[in-house]
Amino acid sequence: MGNRQGNLDRIFAALADPTRRAMLDRLAQQPSATVSRLAEPFAIQLPAVVKHLDVLGKAKLITRAKAGRVVTVRLRPESMREAMAWLYRRERFWSGRLDKLSAYAEGRELQAGSKKKS
Amino acid sequence: MTGVTLVRRIKASPEIVFEAVTTAEGIAQWWGPDAGPVLVSESDPRVGGRYRVRFRLLDNTEHESSGEFVIVDPPKRVVMTWRWVIGGDDPGESRVDISLRAVDGGTELTFSHSRLHSESARRSHEGGWDGALRKLQARFAEGEPA
Repeated sequence: MGNRQGNLDRIFAALADPTRRAMLDRLAQQPSATVSRLAEPFAIQLPAVVKHLDVLGKAKLITRAKAGRVVTVRLRPESMREAMAWLYRRERFWSGRLDKLSAYAEGRELQAGSKKKS
Repeated sequence: MTGVTLVRRIKASPEIVFEAVTTAEGIAQWWGPDAGPVLVSESDPRVGGRYRVRFRLLDNTEHESSGEFVIVDPPKRVVMTWRWVIGGDDPGESRVDISLRAVDGGTELTFSHSRLHSESARRSHEGGWDGALRKLQARFAEGEPA
C-alpha cells in the first residue's frame, strides 16, 4: 500500500507540469511517437525532454522502447486509471455521507416547521 | 482534480444545515459511511477548535478522523483540516470546505475535499491540472485497444 501511495504521488506530481501534460496529450492522439517527434512542438532542448520523459516513466504513465538509436514512447493508461479510480473512491465516500446529511437536516427542518405551527 | 467537489440542494435552512455539519450531535448523524454506529463524536466549532469522529463499519473495522476548524462563519461556510487517525487510505492531511447558500426552498451546499494525500498532489492542484486529467482520461478511454 505504501508503494501504491508512492506511485499515486508520482502520478500526481508528473501531471503537475504543463509540458508533461502536453506530452501526454500528444501521445494520447497517436499510438506511439519517437522522442524527437514528441519534442517538436516544445521550445526546449532534447535533454530537458528526456528529463520530462523520465518523470513520466517513473510514474508509469509511459513506456519507452529503444530500437537502435530511435526511442519510441507510448502511453500506459493503467496508471491514469488508477489515479482516476482513487479520486472516484473519495467522491463516492462523500456522496454517501452527504445523502445522510441531507436526510438528517431535512428531518430537522420538518421538526422545526411543525413546532412553529403548533 | 486532486480534490472532489459535490453540490447538493437540501430542503432545510442554512442554519439547520450548518448545525448538522458542525455540532457533535449533527456530525454523529451522518459521518458514518454505512449503518454501523458512530462511537465518538466531538466537535468544538470555532477557529482553532478540533473535532474527532470515530465510527465502526458493519465489517467491524473502526475508523477515526480528526482535524481542526480553520474557518467558521455560520451559517455560510466552514473549513476544516481532515486526517485519518485510524483506517482510511490517505495518511496525509487534507481539507474539507463546506459552503452554504440560501436558495429557494432551502440550501445549496457545496462540499469540497481537497489537498488530498500529499504535498505533490497539492502542487499538482495548484499547477492546474483540474480538467486536464479528465480530458486525458477521456482520450485514454477512446484510444484503448479493444
